[in-house]
Amino acid sequence: MATDTETTGAGIPTDDTAGYSPDSPAPVIEPPRARTARTPKSTRTNFELYGWLFMRLSGILLFVLVLYHLLIQLVLDGGVTKIGFAFVAGRWASPFWQTWDLVMLWLAMLHGGNGLRTIINDYAERDNTRMWLKMLLYTATVFTVLLGTLVIFTFDPDIR
Amino acid sequence: MSTPVMDKEERAAKAAADHLITATFRIRRFNPEISAEASWEDFRIEIDPKERVLDALHKIKWEVDGTLTFRRSCAHGICGSDAMRINGRNRLACKTLIKDLSPSKPISVEAIKGLTVLKDLIVDMDPFFQAYRDVMPFLVTSGNEPTRERHQTAEDRERFDDTTKCILCAACTSSCPVFWNDGQYFGPAAIVNAHRFIFDSRDEAAEQRLEILNDKDGVWRCRTTFNCTDACPRGIEVTKAIQEVKRALITRRF
Ligand code: HEM
Ligand code: FES
Repeated sequence: MATDTETTGAGIPTDDTAGYSPDSPAPVIEPPRARTARTPKSTRTNFELYGWLFMRLSGILLFVLVLYHLLIQLVLDGGVTKIGFAFVAGRWASPFWQTWDLVMLWLAMLHGGNGLRTIINDYAERDNTRMWLKMLLYTATVFTVLLGTLVIFTFDPDIR
Repeated sequence: MSTPVMDKEERAAKAAADHLITATFRIRRFNPEISAEASWEDFRIEIDPKERVLDALHKIKWEVDGTLTFRRSCAHGICGSDAMRINGRNRLACKTLIKDLSPSKPISVEAIKGLTVLKDLIVDMDPFFQAYRDVMPFLVTSGNEPTRERHQTAEDRERFDDTTKCILCAACTSSCPVFWNDGQYFGPAAIVNAHRFIFDSRDEAAEQRLEILNDKDGVWRCRTTFNCTDACPRGIEVTKAIQEVKRALITRRF
């Protein structure tokens, strides 16, 4: 047991010089990439490859879909003020715009969802946090995609 | 009679010190035997601005504070021991001239990020080398050993020339924000060294290495931030190498 509390490693201005010594060093931090029992096994699938490709391909499509969508909705023909129930009903009367919006919905949700998955993988530090955030993300994505699809297909312009 | 001699000596001494400047080195100190917290410590030293940061660290360690701890071996940019974060950028201390760091302001020196700091500027390189080992950085062949060299055309050699330059200093990997996050990403250096063999016409394990880098923590985590290319002290086009591996994976699949 070290009884001498004076430290010899001079010159470091610290507010907390108590506690650690060669006999009781600071706690070891588990190094990353160390092989532990909890290290996931290699998956040998192409999931990340397809995810990466999908982000780029859907990005190209979204570029056209979203920009033109914003142009129609917010700029042309009097801008936002024209948007109302009648305007939406008018557009969804055409199968073309129904398909447009459906594709945009699915691509944007999957693209955005996969993008957020990447961000969660990057930033969540604990396995539990990561798991719950992803559950929340997947639930929200599935809910929004299904609800949106349902509305596009079952929209009734005569509803009252 | 002695006064003019003294003057001459004084003048000589003054001339000898003329090229010296006073520079402040603000060094991130950490000693787990003293404190769990790291802290900055300033060292003001007289030094020739044409010297390198490594020379300044030597001067501090040898003349001011012997407890300052850092790695270096060759001192000439070959061994890759002394990558550190100097003024917020990863560089080799032995290849960074003080005059290039605007030394009128304090020069910050800290350990590279994303790896566990053991003491002062020394980090635990094990995870870095584990990722390196994981990509099988050695020649894999089958069949009989040739009795002479394994031949290769100049063009075939050129294909992976850039990635042979890596000195494993970890400047690139520890500059990558994806590696900082959870340290599970293989990191640019491991991919560069996989590239070195994947595109070597004499090697036969490209498929295996591509498979390894196709997994969750492989090349697909790269976000193309170019930090690695900026950090490389050997001027390797790291991001380009990573993207060539991605392309090889995609063209293999389709
Ligand atoms: C203008 C059309 C778009 C293009 C060209 C595009 C392109 C891309 C690309 C290539 C990536 C991958 C980046 C990487 O791997 O480093 C990405 C990521 C992402 N995208 Fe898009 N995208 C577009 C629209 C959208 C939309 C409409 C959303 C929201 C629904 C969205 C949300 C995201 C998110 C959250 C990420 C992840 C961010 C990250 O990785 O840092 N993007 N985008
Ligand atoms: S000391 Fe060898 S690379 Fe700098």
